[in-house]
Amino acid sequence: MSIKEKALILDKAGIDRALTRIAHEILEKNKGARDIVLIGIQRGGVHIARRLASRIHEIERVEAPVGSLDITMYRDDLSTRKSQPVPQATDITFDIQDKVMVLVDDVLFTGRTIRAALNSIMDYGRPRCIQLAVLVDRGHRELPIRADYVGKNLPTSAKEKVEVMLAEDGVEEKIVILGE
Amino acid sequence: MSLTSKDLLGIQGMTADEITTILDTAATFKDVSERDIKKVPALRGKTVINLFYEASTRTRTSFELAGKRLSADVINISTSTSSVVKGETLLDTARNIEAMKCDMIIVRHSCSGAPEFLSKRLKSAVINAGDGFHEHPTQALLDMYTIREKLGKLEGLAIAIVGDIAHSRVARSNIYGLTTMGAKVRVCGPPTMMPRGIESLGARVYCDMNTAVEGVDVIMMIRLQLERQTVGLFPGAREYASFYGLNQARVERAARHVLVMHPGPMNRGVEISSEVADGTPVILEQVTNGVAVRMAVMYLLSGGTNSEA
Repeated sequence: MSIKEKALILDKAGIDRALTRIAHEILEKNKGARDIVLIGIQRGGVHIARRLASRIHEIERVEAPVGSLDITMYRDDLSTRKSQPVPQATDITFDIQDKVMVLVDDVLFTGRTIRAALNSIMDYGRPRCIQLAVLVDRGHRELPIRADYVGKNLPTSAKEKVEVMLAEDGVEEKIVILGE
Repeated sequence: MSLTSKDLLGIQGMTADEITTILDTAATFKDVSERDIKKVPALRGKTVINLFYEASTRTRTSFELAGKRLSADVINISTSTSSVVKGETLLDTARNIEAMKCDMIIVRHSCSGAPEFLSKRLKSAVINAGDGFHEHPTQALLDMYTIREKLGKLEGLAIAIVGDIAHSRVARSNIYGLTTMGAKVRVCGPPTMMPRGIESLGARVYCDMNTAVEGVDVIMMIRLQLERQTVGLFPGAREYASFYGLNQARVERAARHVLVMHPGPMNRGVEISSEVADGTPVILEQVTNGVAVRMAVMYLLSGGTNSEA
């Protein structure tokens, strides 16, 4: 069963430019890189968080700590799924107390993943504030959640699927909409 | 990925994929027990009953902690203080509990097959915490998790299980699990306690412990129940210890990196010398891993099966 790529949203160059802009926006809004930590949400946000950290380092010469967060156990649909998703690793080796935390994910859709991430983070400590950076905001929010930094705003129909493909996963880098 | 059945009754019949899924899931749950807030909401609002017809410290506490760390409501029923002393049958007890709408029942019983009996008649998920001489699946899973964590793999390892194999559900579950995962299992013990036909499960039988532990990667000691002496299965604790006890000399016959494991509780000086017991931290790690593995099992069994029940 092959799902066709209906439209190419961003190619590699487009993704790079968007991430560079987001990195600058993070530094602008927070007036520098002090106390910033980046947490990528498994699985889509982890590589993006690392890339943002390396861009921040290029621009500001500061190493922002990067961690990964698995939200599987905080999902709101565990009782209704037929099979349980296998959790990935949560890897936050640094203290998040009083830090400016930037959550990073690839696609913002209903907002339920971010709600789960917020609940999960609260069990790790109390950041000074939490901001959200996403590569694509495709609308259709089901909860009052919004991103602070957006790579691309993409109006979609609910039935479509947005796929972010990154070089770290061994594929050609691009963002596409998949159709039936 | 989910387990193919609504219950966990035994390792026999589980595929290597299912076992691997449980072990992988357990690794992430281990992290939960190490953080400051040792709770995740995965089983929030679910009700779990520990129905233990036999005494237990480790297993029951481990299941209780596992449930609580998943945010479930856990109730312990130990039958010595329940209506079982008034003669209530197993099925009536379980049905009454189910009438209070619980989602998961964890059963330990002296009759082999009791959990399966319940699983066929109850809608709740049933987890076998040890039934008679049959199986103790979560113990085997935590043993396999421990071995995989310390030695990096299970396939191809040489593992010696030593002790009263005939009466050991821990040994049976481990034999099923380790052979499914591709390890080479040796069993060793007094001939009076070695079940006939055990080779058909894929284990090699040794009567001499010194040969059995030669070069192995893991030595798993099984507890000797001292009551077995009164029925003539072994002459005495001292003679048992000298032939089948794990002492430092026997540990040194195994591989350099050998893991010494014991499901607990230990009879110091009988199946394991104090020197060896205190020199091996893995035995306590088994207990830590037990909570993580049980969390994984409870999580994987708690899926949306309510819809088709």
